[in-house]
Amino acid sequence: MKRIITATVQNRSGVLNRVTGLLQKRQFNIESITVGRTEVEGISKMTFVVDVEDNQKLEQVTKQLNKQIDVLKVSDITDKAIVARELALIKVVSTGQLRNEIQGIIEPFRASIIDVSRDSLSIQVTGKPDKIEALIDLLRPYGIKELARTGLTAFLRGQQPQVTELTSYSLLK
Amino acid sequence: MKVEAKPGYETKTQPKTGADLLVEALINEDVKTIFGYPGGAVLPIYDALYRAKDAFNHILTRHEQGAIHAAEGFARVSGKPGVVIGTSGPGATNLVTGIADAMMDSIPLVVFTGQVARSVIGTDAFQESDVIGITTPITKHNYQVQDVSDLPRIVKEAFHIASTGRPGPVVVDIPKDISANPCEDSYDTDFHLPGYQPTTKPNPLQIKKLADSLAKAKKPVILAGAGVIISKASLELREFAEKHQLPVTTTLLGLGGFPGQHELSLGMAGMHGTYAANTALYECDLLINIGARFDDRLTGNLAHFAPFATVAHIDIDPAEIGKNVTTHIPIVSDAKEALKSMEHHVKQSPEHKDWFDMLNKYKEEYPLWYKKPEEAMVPQWLLKQIHAKTNGDAIVTTDVGQHQMWTAQYYTFDRPNRWVTSGGLGTMGFGFPAAIGAQLAFPEETVVAVVGDGGFQMTLQELSVLQERGLPVKVIIVNNGALGMVRQWQEAFYEKRYSESIIEIQPDFVKLAEAYEIKGLRIDSQEQLVNALPEIFDYDGPVVVDCRVLQQENVYPMIAPGKGLHEMIGVKP
Repeated sequence: MKRIITATVQNRSGVLNRVTGLLQKRQFNIESITVGRTEVEGISKMTFVVDVEDNQKLEQVTKQLNKQIDVLKVSDITDKAIVARELALIKVVSTGQLRNEIQGIIEPFRASIIDVSRDSLSIQVTGKPDKIEALIDLLRPYGIKELARTGLTAFLRGQQPQVTELTSYSLLK
Repeated sequence: MKVEAKPGYETKTQPKTGADLLVEALINEDVKTIFGYPGGAVLPIYDALYRAKDAFNHILTRHEQGAIHAAEGFARVSGKPGVVIGTSGPGATNLVTGIADAMMDSIPLVVFTGQVARSVIGTDAFQESDVIGITTPITKHNYQVQDVSDLPRIVKEAFHIASTGRPGPVVVDIPKDISANPCEDSYDTDFHLPGYQPTTKPNPLQIKKLADSLAKAKKPVILAGAGVIISKASLELREFAEKHQLPVTTTLLGLGGFPGQHELSLGMAGMHGTYAANTALYECDLLINIGARFDDRLTGNLAHFAPFATVAHIDIDPAEIGKNVTTHIPIVSDAKEALKSMEHHVKQSPEHKDWFDMLNKYKEEYPLWYKKPEEAMVPQWLLKQIHAKTNGDAIVTTDVGQHQMWTAQYYTFDRPNRWVTSGGLGTMGFGFPAAIGAQLAFPEETVVAVVGDGGFQMTLQELSVLQERGLPVKVIIVNNGALGMVRQWQEAFYEKRYSESIIEIQPDFVKLAEAYEIKGLRIDSQEQLVNALPEIFDYDGPVVVDCRVLQQENVYPMIAPGKGLHEMIGVKP
């Protein structure tokens, strides 16, 4: 099962290596990982999407991460109310005639063209992973020359619903 | 920028260097014994140690692996962090096995490694290795000092992290320019580790749950691990077990945490544990694990581990709880604190007469056993003689393998911190240097290194240290001319194809000892041993004893790999 885990860490040299090394050592598969600074100086936040077998394994991931001295807080936010986004850059083969057609496809996705050359277009799209997947599928027939994705980053919504039934908020099955 | 050592360097007018700060920090941590080996990148540190000679007893081992295992032995018996210094590159990589060993067995170590100067880190400089990269997965934490002003604080943090919570090794990598260059007289050492706040006190609700389970249990058993010894909770454990009349089994590393000869003791559990202990773990309805990590050598096949039990697990490391065995009552706590809290919450529990009658029957009918030949020595008998001669109160160290299991089975420990063995990592060559460290921690005690002929040959160069320091370690080589446990497994599971496990050519261990000006003895029979015991143990100095034992002897009883606790083989018929 795929889970979204966030970790707040001290921004020290080697911390990314510590965390990814740990996940590798304990045989947890990382689907994606994003890291960046936060509102607090010296503190960074990592968002992982990991593929784990069961709840016991999941508990191990969070506990092992928590054991790291530079890791301040670990949360599995998969079942919480969250906002989660990923950014993708997609370079599509495109001649002048196709440009309008592609424009029409990407518009409902609120994607934008950020670079144009004689035979290609670069598209930027932000959203949940399934939305990005959908756009990639639509663009594939035109010929994707290059694709780069940032991986998911996420945090909790400002307000959490009081009900206990939260599974419907899960982004990843 | 490099400050080269000049004549007259030791004069007081010389500005302080990073290395001096390190020495001061070590003095502040009350470090008296250092195990180490000099080299290029630690020259400034060794120069500072030279200036502060009187403050330390620096033990120059003959290989870095000897230094780190000695530090482990020192830490295991004294409870204080072992301190090691090694140089960069090969010095550091030679320490790796010991660091990994200490990580597995929760031994507090603070390891200082030299590093090439900051200006050349990353250029594949002479004797450069990525110590941080190499040791990250096998340390509790590690540091590379990037600024000399951080050094005193980092040393303080390193000792704190190594010795609190679940202990473990911490590596501090010090670039040569940091230790060599002049610096201020002192720096701020206050530290705050928001990501490291070990929980030491148990949650009363969980203790209450355990108390309720205990009140209902008909077949309770305590499994005591090294956590009991580390938290100095042996007395509390004994009082708790006696008050509530609970049988106690220990793990390999937990030996001595509960008196082995106590009527409530079932002996060691696990792959080569006693029938009574393993059957108790299989049949119990309440298992109270105090400070053990449910290692695979203990549990056997997890599907058959304590299948009828409510499992309570007390551990200071939350990640150990539920890692291998589904736990019903998780208690994150220091063992001593948990036992104290239970003392408060647990009322008198019911008698478990039927359970005890059954366990006592197992103890009587299926004890550890072996066949004693007429003249030749078997290792089990040898270890019983050593136990008797030392009144069961020596500090005993071992490597890994058959001799380790026989020592665990036949050298019954009644006190904690007497037993030093490589458990989790199973390191050959551990026992002898570990004995050196233990002897340095307790110069007046009898220290016995029980080693195999294979393992001893991995670190025997440390005989030099025995000679040099006059350490009266008794080295007992259980010599079966084979890598015994490998040979046993090949016999049992590989149709006796003894691939590379029989060692036909060996040095003359007596002459070898004599080459180091150490007394050496060779023992071939029971009679010789009985006669030699006073010569070995009443002699005030080191002795190397080459004990020739029967090669074909196997360690029993045993749980074969993949089998459950109830499927022991080689139990006394």
